[in-house]
Amino acid sequence: MSLEQHAIIIILAPLVGSLLISLFGGLHRRLSYLLLVACLGISFASTIATLRLVAARAAIGPLHYYLGDWPPPYGIELVIDPLNALVLTMIAGISLLVAIYSKEMARRDNPDRLHHYYTLFALLVAGLLGITASGDVFNIYVLTEISALASYALLARGRGFAYYATFKYIIMGTIGASLYLLGVGYLYIKTGTLNIAELPTFINSSGLVDSVSIRVAFILIMVGLWIKMAFFPLHGWLPNAYTRAATTTSCLVAPLMTKVSVYVMIRVMLGVFTLPYIYHVMGWNRAVVWLASLAIVAGSIGALAQTNIKRMLTYIIVAEVGYMVGGAWLGNAAGLTGAIYHIVSDGLMTACLFMAVGAITYKTGDSSLEAMRGVFRRMPVTAALFVVGALAMIGIPPTCGFFSKWYLIQGGLVAGHYGFVGALLLSSLINAVLFFRLFEIGYYAPFDTEGTPPRGHGTTVVDEAPFSMLMPLLISAVMIIVVGLSTSRIVSGLIQYSLPAGL
Amino acid sequence: MEDLLAYIISRYNYWAAIILLLIGLYGMIAKNNLLKKVIGMTIFQAAIILFYVSIGDKRGATIPILAHGHDGAHQAVEAAAYANPLPHVLMLTAIVVGVSTLGVALAILQKIYRVHGTIEEDEILETIDQ
Repeated sequence: MSLEQHAIIIILAPLVGSLLISLFGGLHRRLSYLLLVACLGISFASTIATLRLVAARAAIGPLHYYLGDWPPPYGIELVIDPLNALVLTMIAGISLLVAIYSKEMARRDNPDRLHHYYTLFALLVAGLLGITASGDVFNIYVLTEISALASYALLARGRGFAYYATFKYIIMGTIGASLYLLGVGYLYIKTGTLNIAELPTFINSSGLVDSVSIRVAFILIMVGLWIKMAFFPLHGWLPNAYTRAATTTSCLVAPLMTKVSVYVMIRVMLGVFTLPYIYHVMGWNRAVVWLASLAIVAGSIGALAQTNIKRMLTYIIVAEVGYMVGGAWLGNAAGLTGAIYHIVSDGLMTACLFMAVGAITYKTGDSSLEAMRGVFRRMPVTAALFVVGALAMIGIPPTCGFFSKWYLIQGGLVAGHYGFVGALLLSSLINAVLFFRLFEIGYYAPFDTEGTPPRGHGTTVVDEAPFSMLMPLLISAVMIIVVGLSTSRIVSGLIQYSLPAGL
Repeated sequence: MEDLLAYIISRYNYWAAIILLLIGLYGMIAKNNLLKKVIGMTIFQAAIILFYVSIGDKRGATIPILAHGHDGAHQAVEAAAYANPLPHVLMLTAIVVGVSTLGVALAILQKIYRVHGTIEEDEILETIDQ
């Protein structure tokens, strides 16, 4: 009995937590931080328990949780299968790490209204977890908007022109969510249901499979999600909004928001429309994979042109979205495995890199390439962990970045889509150039330490980031390698069961 | 020609929603004033809400409340006589979402005005370039 409730505790813990933080967080300086870490810790523990449960019964079927004990045609249900159990664990884990990481930085960025900041933080995580666990297409819309609203408010609390950048994100995000909602409306007109478990049988029934309305619904939902995940050429809002944001905000938003949209896309493709419908009725897959290849190339070249590390990372996110969309649309087991695995591995890599850059910014007050000067001597631990994240992004074994690329390239070769394979290899190469340039600046470039002229190694003072920042960074870097080493277990124990039979 | 006209008239609710959607999209893309963009966004959302509300309605249907629900529970319920309440209920949530988005957008617009001293997009871009 107690185990069965884990599915809802995953979402309720941060939701109730955000309420408690807004009510009591103002009472004491440290209370809101402790409440946030506690509620995300509960949520993470529940995702681990659910993951174990789902993995144990992976062959039987997904876990259903009926809210208020109302069965599906009338009530709303949460459905947790191996696919979203994996994504839920990733979201809860990374948000817990970022919450711990935010201790010093968030207090410095929000001296007066820390509890408001943490309320939005918890609300954003609750929305993201809800999207992932939901078994109902309309609920996905509502929860998308909850997390989007929280992210608008968080991103706007940044520096410089954050308000203008956020405003553009609001407009784009609202268009994306509205198109998704319109698509859901078309689906509802034709099928009369919003439940993900019921939709595929209706859509693939003989009366509806050729329906133009269903096709329009599919196009609207896909375009809406592509805007939300910043899929090239709909990515214009992302670099500005994420670069201007405060450090802890970008550490939270950058790894999670786009990845959750990718998850919803894969869920809609596999669970609602099903692959035969997409590949045979729509017949768009090659065009979309070409677009994804273009996204990878454009994102990588965009990253090459940047002089700010954070901005460079945001362009890498655009390229990574191309990886996942391309992998999902290749339409074979290896490509889909790569796309699903990459959701988790990219979340970890992005979180590690953003946290490392955040720690450097915390000490230098700067996130330009020049901030890297002498970082290997001043902040050896941060720099070493940054290297782990960077190697994962380039795709060096045994990091998880290597294995997701391995599956994606394999999928591209099986599908005979050499453009996608080429784009992946090119992007790895460009990532190598990007990060080795940073290593070079960090290792060899001359630097000043406050008045002391650089006269050799002896004068350098080690000035590390605080422990509350280093610890989450260390865990994320270790997880990059652990997830990489346990790839075969993740793929055969979880991802394999989320792929449709006979693929 | 008459066929086309009949075709358009028979689905006038969809046409109204599409026209409103396009007006909203035009406002968001083409207008230079950020407040007008917000107005466009609101029209865009309202179009979708009206679209949903219109699909729940039926000709000659009444509101979905059973007149003698408590004592005449054995009476057969004729679904065709009632409007479909589900799209309407969904839109209650969507209206709340729309209002919240509008609220956040207006709050950020106010902040933009304080930082940049204007809400005209080209003038804001000029201040960013400097």
